Order: sequence, then C-alpha cells, then structure tokens
Amino acid sequence: MIRIDRTMLLAQIRRQLRVFDLPLLCALALLVATSLFTMYSAASDYDGRMLDHARNLSIAFVLMWAAANLPLNWMMRSAVPIYLLGLALLIAVAIFGDIAKGARRWLDLGFTRIQPSELMKIAMPLMLAWYFQKRANAARWYDFAIATVLLLVPVLLIARQPDLGTSLLVASAGICVIYLAGLPWKVIAASIVAGIGALPLLWMVMHDYQRQRVMMLLDPTSDPLGKGFHIIQSEIAVGSGGLWGKGWLDGTQAHLEFVPERTTDFVFAVFAEEFGLVGNGVLLLVYLLIIGRGLVIAANGATVFARLLAGAITLIVFTYAFVNMGMVTGILPVVGVPLPLMSYGGTAMVTLGLGLGLLMSVSRQRRLLRS
Amino acid sequence: MVEVRNTQRELRRLRVRLVVAMLLVVVCFGLLLARFSWLQVHRYEAFHAQAEDNRIALVPVPPSRGLIYDRNGVLLAENVSAYTLELSPKRIGYAKLDETIDALAEIVEITPLERRRFRRLAAEARTADSVPIKVRLTDEEVARLAVLRFRHPGVEIRARLFRNYPLGQSAVHVLGYIGRISPDDKRRFDEREIGSRYAGSTHTGKIGVELSYEEQLHGRPGAEEVEVSAGGRVVRSLSHTPPVPGSNLILSIDIRLQKLAEDLYGGRRGALVAIEPKTGDVLAMVSAPAFDPNLFIDGIDTQTWRGLNEDPDTPMLNRPLRGTYPPGSTYKPFMALAALSTGARSPGDTISDPGYFMLGKHRFRDSRPGGHGTVDLRKSIVVSSDTYYYKLAYEMGVDRIHEFMAPWGFGQLTGIDLPHETAGILPSTEWKMRRYKRRWIPGETPSVGIGQGYNAFTILQLAHATATLANDGIVMKPHVVRTIEDPNTRQQRLTVSEPTRRIRLREDHLALVKSAMVDVNRFGTSRRVFADADYVTAGKTGTSQVIGIRQNERYDAKRIAERHRDHSLYIAFAPAEKPTIAVAAIVENGGFGAQAAAPLVRALLDYHLTGKLPEGYPDNALPTLPDEPDLRDVPESIEPETVETAAESDTQ
Repeated sequence: MIRIDRTMLLAQIRRQLRVFDLPLLCALALLVATSLFTMYSAASDYDGRMLDHARNLSIAFVLMWAAANLPLNWMMRSAVPIYLLGLALLIAVAIFGDIAKGARRWLDLGFTRIQPSELMKIAMPLMLAWYFQKRANAARWYDFAIATVLLLVPVLLIARQPDLGTSLLVASAGICVIYLAGLPWKVIAASIVAGIGALPLLWMVMHDYQRQRVMMLLDPTSDPLGKGFHIIQSEIAVGSGGLWGKGWLDGTQAHLEFVPERTTDFVFAVFAEEFGLVGNGVLLLVYLLIIGRGLVIAANGATVFARLLAGAITLIVFTYAFVNMGMVTGILPVVGVPLPLMSYGGTAMVTLGLGLGLLMSVSRQRRLLRS
Repeated sequence: MVEVRNTQRELRRLRVRLVVAMLLVVVCFGLLLARFSWLQVHRYEAFHAQAEDNRIALVPVPPSRGLIYDRNGVLLAENVSAYTLELSPKRIGYAKLDETIDALAEIVEITPLERRRFRRLAAEARTADSVPIKVRLTDEEVARLAVLRFRHPGVEIRARLFRNYPLGQSAVHVLGYIGRISPDDKRRFDEREIGSRYAGSTHTGKIGVELSYEEQLHGRPGAEEVEVSAGGRVVRSLSHTPPVPGSNLILSIDIRLQKLAEDLYGGRRGALVAIEPKTGDVLAMVSAPAFDPNLFIDGIDTQTWRGLNEDPDTPMLNRPLRGTYPPGSTYKPFMALAALSTGARSPGDTISDPGYFMLGKHRFRDSRPGGHGTVDLRKSIVVSSDTYYYKLAYEMGVDRIHEFMAPWGFGQLTGIDLPHETAGILPSTEWKMRRYKRRWIPGETPSVGIGQGYNAFTILQLAHATATLANDGIVMKPHVVRTIEDPNTRQQRLTVSEPTRRIRLREDHLALVKSAMVDVNRFGTSRRVFADADYVTAGKTGTSQVIGIRQNERYDAKRIAERHRDHSLYIAFAPAEKPTIAVAAIVENGGFGAQAAAPLVRALLDYHLTGKLPEGYPDNALPTLPDEPDLRDVPESIEPETVETAAESDTQ
C-alpha cells in the first residue's frame, strides 16, 4: 500500500513539475540561492527580514506554479477584465487613494492596502498582447495608434500619482509588446529622435524631487551628505568590493549602514561589495540565462498572444535588472526599481511570480502542441 | 493594399525582433559589466580607501584629572562618576528643544537655573555636541529617565567623571575650580599648540591651583580606534591606547588649619596667610568671604554669577593674592631692620616722642596723643611708636627704604604657584615719576615709615616677609603645592626646595628685632591677646587706614560707617626660637590690630602648636584625616633627586 502510494505520489509530483520549464527553473533556482545568501547578509540587522524574504520567495513560487497551470485561453479571456479592473483601480486611487511619502499610490480596501500600479505591470502586456492577437496578421498603423492609447492612459494615471519610476516600467512593458508586434522600424527611429527632443519638455513637467535625482546622477558630489549620499556610498560599496569581493558577511559599507535601503532597492550594492566583480559577472550571467530562455520561449509560443506576452515579460525582467543595477552603480537615476528576486518586498515578488508563471505557461502549452 | 495572411512570415518577423532585443540585452549587460569593472578594478584603490575611512574613527579617550590632597592626605578635589542627562540640540531640532525639556521636566525636576545654564551652554557648543542639562542624577532619576529616553532621540544619559570639591568653600581661592572649555581657552590651547591634549575633554582649570597646575593635572588623552556606522554609532573597538592620567597634587596647605582660620573669620572680610618659614610651604591661605567652586564646574548661570560678582563683600576676590593694603605698623619690624642694616640707627639711639613729628609746618601725629616719651629701637616696636618711624623714614629717604625692602618681596610678585598675583606698590622716587610723572615730595616719606602712604602690599607679601624674617633672611619662595605625585608609580616630586636668595643681615640685628616682637606679645600692644600662651610668639600689630581696595564700590548706607573703619592687621611667627609658622592676617574694617586680627591669629597658633581648639568650637567641624598611612605626612626625605634616579633607571 505504502509502496503504491509512494509511486503515485512521485508520479503526481513529476506531473506537477512538468508544468515548469526546466532550463528556466534551473536559472531561477540559482538566482534564488544567490538571493537568500545576499539577504542573509544584508538583513543581518533587521529582525525577521530574512524569514520574510524567504516567505515572499515561497509565495512567488506558489503563484508561479499556479500561473504556470493556467491555460492560454483562460489568460486570453481574462486580459480585458484585468486591464479594466486595473484602470478602474487607478482612477479610484486618483480620487480616494491614501497619500504616503507625498504620493497618492495606495488604495485602502478595508482589509488590505493595494498599489494598483503594480497590477498594471501584468495587466498592460496581457491587454496589448490580447489586442494584437485579435488583430493577428492584419495589424495596420491605426492598430498601433490604438495600442499606444491603451498604453498611455494607465501610464499617465500612474505618472500623475506621482510615481515616475513605475509609470516608466509599465510603459516599457507596453512598448515591448508594441515593438514585438511589429511596429515599423521607421516609427521606432522617429520615436527615439522625438523622445530625445522631448527631454527638455519632460524636465519641465518633472517634480522637484525627480529633478534632484537626475541632478544627483550627473554630479553626486554636489551634495555629499544630503541627496548625493546614497549614490556615493553605494558606489563606494560596489567599488570597494574589488575583483573578488570582501567575502560573504564581511561587507563593511553595508553592515555599517552606509548603504541605504540595503535590503530593498540597493541590495545589489551588498552583493557587489561582498562578491566583487567576479560575483557580478556570475549574477549578470544568471540574468542573461533567464532572459535568453524567456526569449526562446517567446519565439516558440503557440499563438501571437503567447509570444508577445512571453517576450514582454522577459524584457520587463531585463528592464528591472538593468535599471536597478545601473542605478546602484550610478549610471541611471535613483528610481524605485527592485532587482528581480533579489530585493526584499512582497508586492514586486507577487508580480514577478505571476509573470514568470505566465512565461512557464506559454512554454508548457507550446510543448503540448508539439507532442 | 494586399494583406498577406502568412503565419510563418509573422513568426519570422517576431524572431528577428527577439534577436534584436537579445542583442540589446547583451549590449546593456556589457555596459553594466564595463561599469562594474570601472568601479571595482580601475577605481578600486580609491573606493577601498574611502570605505576604510568610513569605517574607522579615532575616538579620543580623555584622561582622568589628577586629584588634589592637602598636606595630610585629606582629599580636596576628586573625580566622581555620575550620570548626566544630556541633550543634543541638533538631533532634537532647535524648534522642539523647549518641548523636549518640558517633557523631561515632568519626569525629573529641572530647575530654572538648570534651564538657563543649558541655554548658555547650548549656544556655546559645537553643533554636534550633546549638552548637559542636569548633572549628577540620582539612581532613581536615571531609572525613570531610561524609560522615557527612547521616545526622544537626542536625549541621552551618560556616565561621566565629575570634578567635586568635597569641602565646598574651604580653600577655594587656593584650589580654584575647573569649568567647561570656553572659546577663549580653546584659542589659548591652539596658540600653545596643545589643543590635541584636550581632544575629548570638556573641562579645564579656570583659576587657582586647578589653573596653575593644569599641565600636570590634565594628563594626556588616549585614543580608541573604533568601527563606526553611518549614524556614528560605535560598532566595536579595534585598538586602544590608554590615556595617561594627570598627576596628583599634594598641597602644602593644612586643610584643618585652613578651615579653622576660615571659621574664625565668621562673617568678617579679610585675608590670612600662614607660611612654614623653613620651606615656604603655605599652610593656610584664607580669603573671606568665599564661595562654592562646585557652582562653576558645569557653567554657572548668569543670575548666580551676577549675585557673586555684585556682592559688596566680593567673595570672588582672592584677597591674600590680589587685595592690596597698607601694612600699617606691621611694617615697623622691617623698618627697624632697615635702620639697623643700613646704619641709619644703632640699637641704643633714642628719640624723644612728643606724640608728633614736625616736618616744616606739617605735623605727623602719633596714634598715642601724648607720645611714648624716650623711645629706642626696641621700644619703638613694642609700643609701636609712630614718631620714631616718621623720623627714621624721613632721614633714610624713600629710595633707601625701597632698596632694603624690595628683596623682602614687598611690592614684588612673590612668584607663588597661583595665577593672577598682584604686585602691589613699594614706593620710590623712580616709581612715582613713572606712575604719576611727578617728583617725590619729601613730605610723603614719613608716612611710608609707618606702613601708610603709597605702600600697598598683599597679605601674601606680608606673610612672606614675616616668614623670611623668621627664617633669618633666607627667602623661600612661597608655594601652595608641595609635591606632584605620579598616579601610577606614586613617585613624588617636590616643587620648591632651594632658597631663592639670602638677605644679608647681622645676627644681633635680627635677634634684637625678633626679641622686640616677642615683647610686643608680652608687654606691648597685643599683650592681652597672648596672655597665658603655652609657647613664645613674636608678633606685631597693625592698623591701616582705609583706602578702598575697590574702585567702584556701590553706595550702601547701612555699611558705609563700618566700611570707613580701619583695617586690623597682625603678623606673627611662633615658636619665637625655632619658628614653624609665620602668619599675616587682616580683618577688613576690624579696627586696630590687637582688636580683631591678633586674637584670630592667637587661636590659630594655639591650634597649630598645641592642638587646642578655641572654646566653643565644635570638635567635628574640621575635616577628618584619612586612614591611609601612605598619604599622611609627606616624608621629609623626599628630594628632587628621586626624579633623577628614576630617570636613570629608565634608561638602563
């Protein structure tokens, strides 16, 4: 009896595991291991944060498993409702939202507070992928125009909160879909030129604190104890890591509290200080593996929707990783972007788990078609 | 327009786009890798150094200040460890300061005085400093505050060493006090390039021995290399260089004698200095009234300060050191010696004293209207004949007097080891020309002979000269610190051992003057005061006409009459044959010498020579001697050589 049970159990587990894309899972496992080690060091002075982080990772894993089991049709069907829900919540935030740290980002539902802009990070690629699926093989110029409107409405709502970082991330998710859907190269080139031309305009509509962040990026030493402190100390942390790093748990900058937000947005500084250039290279390689595998999954997706969704999700992971590491090392302005799977924070982890699950779902259903 | 429904073409286009995206990813990651290399390889050295700089801070460890004992080992200045409540105005925020203090005031009592003092200190402090608001908390207060502290960042309870003067007012003008380092002090340190010695220190000597021996008392700070966090919190200690504690001082003051003398003054104003003639040890140095030095340590508030400063009795004035008075008739023994030594008089020369001395048309009156009849030198001292000295001074001339008196230290700085000594005035023709741009008028000379006129000496000078007389003309520099003790090795070093000079005097002259002074206490002006004494004393009374020692005395109707009374002076040494103590005392507005000053000195000599306390004086009023035998009685055998032998053994 027991023997049979065990065989059945193993079979059950094997069946469940088959929903995962194995190469992607391996790369993610590497990243999670790195994440746990880094957080153990970074959170040494925060009671319970290490456990919270492990818990968040577990939740993300469960969500990933759940999303990986979703059928493509179901995803297609839910794209529009989710998008509309997200849009409605964003409008609700604009009207009723709670103000925290000078920005109206949170919506109090009574039992919990949610940040609808976070939902948009998933809803946006879903919606646009759905739209281009509907217009499959017949995409005309006005389709791109409509897609742009679908993109801009939530992005502007988020930008008004104001939360420039998230709005840019949501925009970039949408832009990825539009790009993959075949936006003509000429238009892309023209947009880039126009975008550069619009920079002064952007500068004018930015809030003071946003301008300061940009100024700090250009010259952090102008206010070494004030606004520039974070960037300078973060660069010192990374730079003092050297080639091999100071060793796990031996980072001085992080442990002596010179690195700000060392468990969240600046966790990479802790990693870079303790593991050096070699560690950074390995970390980049792991991300590259994840992104590469994600793009392969996208290339082999069953439908236009699946391909666009998978490509967009993968490129979002890349954007997060690039912007975060660029910010920590001082080549990009400080915006609140977490490092995927590394930074502490529940909401981002939930979004990421869902996204990676969708990616695996696409991968699974491609293979099912083949077999 | 033809629409080509070709899934394969669509897929191919997507794959091209995906490849382009992948290329972008690789380029971006390459960019990051380049940035990492720049930071972690090319600029590694600089960042490494900066991280170390961040990490390590050198924290000075202030030395503990040397202790001060009296000659018998009674502790006069100690360091007490106690808790203080401190606020950091910067961390609290200047706007919230009052609010925080109010909140704290509900937990512990914060007096208006403490508030005022805090305001002043906070204004002086560097921005990062935490400033004490309440010092010496009780255990109960510490417990109550400990709970509250966490609600108020910037409020701290610290254990600190405090200077404490356990005897309060006693000997305050010798001891002085320490106070918080002021901007002026800081500038002074920088000028002498010793600012680094005060790293981490908050206090320095302000007056008295605490100031004059600052160098020895202070010690040298140590340093601790610590790892600090970005918030300045010390995480752990990396290395530690211990501070060198300051040296202890053993005063020549006998605090029991000092205390008795202070108590004998009661509420009267005056000054008294007692010196051991053979050594120059100052045994007692009284300035009455006095004040409590403990008030000054952590900054006195303006109201109390003003009170002390504007008190018509000037408790802050160091009278024996800075108050100058005409010596009156106490000058006469010295004038007698001058007469004998210069040959102006021989012992047998007599004058007839009609009660006045005529110079031209001016009549110099004797204090005794009818005069003393036939007066020789001995009698001139015993009965204190003014006429004798009017005439003598006039015949000698002011410059010869000056020449003889200067080596005795009259009108000169004695060089005592206390700051802010005043020289006073020993008049001469040259002095008058310099001071007033006028020539000396011969008519001014007779008054000089009886210790009036321009003469203005400190009581320290008078005691010093009396000690020199008792010591047969061998001048020992007076000093209040007897030995300096290394706190670790307990090695002691004498401060003064050699005579500064010898005044050439003939023995018979000395004997004559001394025996005349003995007769003063037997048959003369102070015979009643010294009736039935168990020992032989030599003394001289004096009465000095009031010349205000303060220029800007406030008008006070009740006191004005009293303030016009004469000062009562007295000098003495005892036992007359082999003196162990020489005293000079003044009681301001005390009347004539035998009235106030002489009885006071008598009581003091009784105690010093026989141990007898004045009648009705409480037995337990004097500080008790310590039990530790090693500190009682600094052995006589200590010579400066001990230091040299120690130095030699070090080099071996």
